[in-house]
Amino acid sequence: MAIDVIGLTAERAAALLRGRECTAEELAQAYLDRIAAVDGEIHSYLHVDPERTLAAARAQDAGSGEGLAGVPIAYKDLLSTRGVPTTAGSRILEGFVPIEDADVVRWGDEAGLVSLGKTNLDEFAMGSSTEHSAYGPTRNPWDTARVPGGSSGGSAAVVAAGCAPWALGTDTGGSIRQPAAFCGLVGLMPTYGSVSRFGVVAFACSLEQVGPMTLTVRDAALLQQVIARDSGRDATCTGPREPIAVPEPGRLDGVTFGVPRAELEAGVEEGVRARFDESLAIAVSLGARLVDVELPYARHGLAAYYVIAPAEASANLSRFDGVRYGLRVDAPDVRAMYEATRDAGFGAEVKRRIMIGTYALSAGYHDAYYVQAQRVRTLIRRDFDAAFAGVDAILLPTAPTVAFPIGARLDDPLAMYANDIFTLPVNLAGIPALSVPNGLSEGLPTGLQIIGPAHAENLLLRLGAAFEAEHAFDPVPPALRSAS
Amino acid sequence: MSDVELTPDEVRHVAALARLGLADAEVERLGRELTSILGHVNTIAQLPIADVPPTKHANPHGDALRPDEARPGAARAEALANAPDPTAEGFRVPPIGA
Repeated sequence: MAIDVIGLTAERAAALLRGRECTAEELAQAYLDRIAAVDGEIHSYLHVDPERTLAAARAQDAGSGEGLAGVPIAYKDLLSTRGVPTTAGSRILEGFVPIEDADVVRWGDEAGLVSLGKTNLDEFAMGSSTEHSAYGPTRNPWDTARVPGGSSGGSAAVVAAGCAPWALGTDTGGSIRQPAAFCGLVGLMPTYGSVSRFGVVAFACSLEQVGPMTLTVRDAALLQQVIARDSGRDATCTGPREPIAVPEPGRLDGVTFGVPRAELEAGVEEGVRARFDESLAIAVSLGARLVDVELPYARHGLAAYYVIAPAEASANLSRFDGVRYGLRVDAPDVRAMYEATRDAGFGAEVKRRIMIGTYALSAGYHDAYYVQAQRVRTLIRRDFDAAFAGVDAILLPTAPTVAFPIGARLDDPLAMYANDIFTLPVNLAGIPALSVPNGLSEGLPTGLQIIGPAHAENLLLRLGAAFEAEHAFDPVPPALRSAS
Repeated sequence: MSDVELTPDEVRHVAALARLGLADAEVERLGRELTSILGHVNTIAQLPIADVPPTKHANPHGDALRPDEARPGAARAEALANAPDPTAEGFRVPPIGA
């Protein structure tokens, strides 16, 4: 049969496979054809190996064929894949071939998922637009003159463009949720410590998590079921507290949402604000109650984040020294070799963050910057704890803007960072958040962020399914619909 | 702390700590950018919160430690496979302090 992969959910793909309406090989081939047709323009994949993908699909066709077996997936190129190049979007890892799979990739394999390839990202996941990739920017399938968001912009673009039914991303300050919002997708950042980070190229260990980027809330739940596990190989991972359930849409009677009205005053685009207010009305129409909440320290999240994340990054990236893997630039002595290798291998944004982090951790500045930022982190956590004493979940726009034009913020780091003001505090608190499509503004997707207390993934997915059903958002960009 | 301005010498000092060899043009640009970013970061420097305990980690349950038991690691050939300049037994580097 001819398979139309545009807008095809993973759940529907699994149903096609289980109903013998297509084989895993036919399905994989349909995606590979789609990638060949459109990814030259979108540039969402960094690595595609059709023979490897088709061999994996044929192995699934020969197997028992249960559950998700044979459903394709794409992986952010921050996730290690044994025998398959993993660059983290950096020149310093060009040609690097991991000797182990990330735990989440291994679990994908065990579930029978078929990898279509590795997706583009901001170098080492540092960015909000995917423009900081050493391999060139990814374009937003909704408007190819605009960014897809970042850092998991490649994972968002592959799903929005019909080049994969779903993908895994990582989120350190908004890197799953903001690109999901910019590309009209669902993105889940799980509770810190609920998913193993083993095999994820490290950026900021106290902030980052792996999570699903999907067309529907149900797909997000299905993929979270695959990855929410502990392997004993990530000392910060304690696994999920309860099994992930696939939600059904329903009413919201008895649910109380907190709305941080003061935070909304800070530079939210008019169209984004209008769509957000409509979702508040939807919540009420479904029986939920809205109350104002205060998050007085959330506005300091940006400053705290841009100390803590670079500090951790400066330590994590010290391993790229031209000795054990990756690029080496030869020099007469070892120190000159380190300096030349790192100068040539890292891009501008990565150097900025290494410099900020090194400065903030250096003698004389450590207490003033790093410890002070960690105190603010404590206060942000307390803000959320206090809010969740009175509400079930908190609603905010995922990002204050729609996708911005390529190049618009590239020369202004603070403007780029500011796009994450609503997502960063969530990482600092270590709690989960779900971004669901929230309608269009000026023809571009916006996102509704639903933030919950630790281990509230099932609640977030149920709430997200309710909003999703009311919005009836079509996740296929109009240009793709007419071209197919 | 409100008026941080990084001089070129300070930029070079931090770059040396980070083992980043920077061209002069990069030193000048990073000086400007870091001054701007640290200027924003300094908005939290003035907060009167010295009595608040710092959060060092996001997981309040602490680390999840497994029993400390020996396990097989990577085979030597595998561990050396990605090295820019391996020998049969290890990683070769240029002279230290040449």
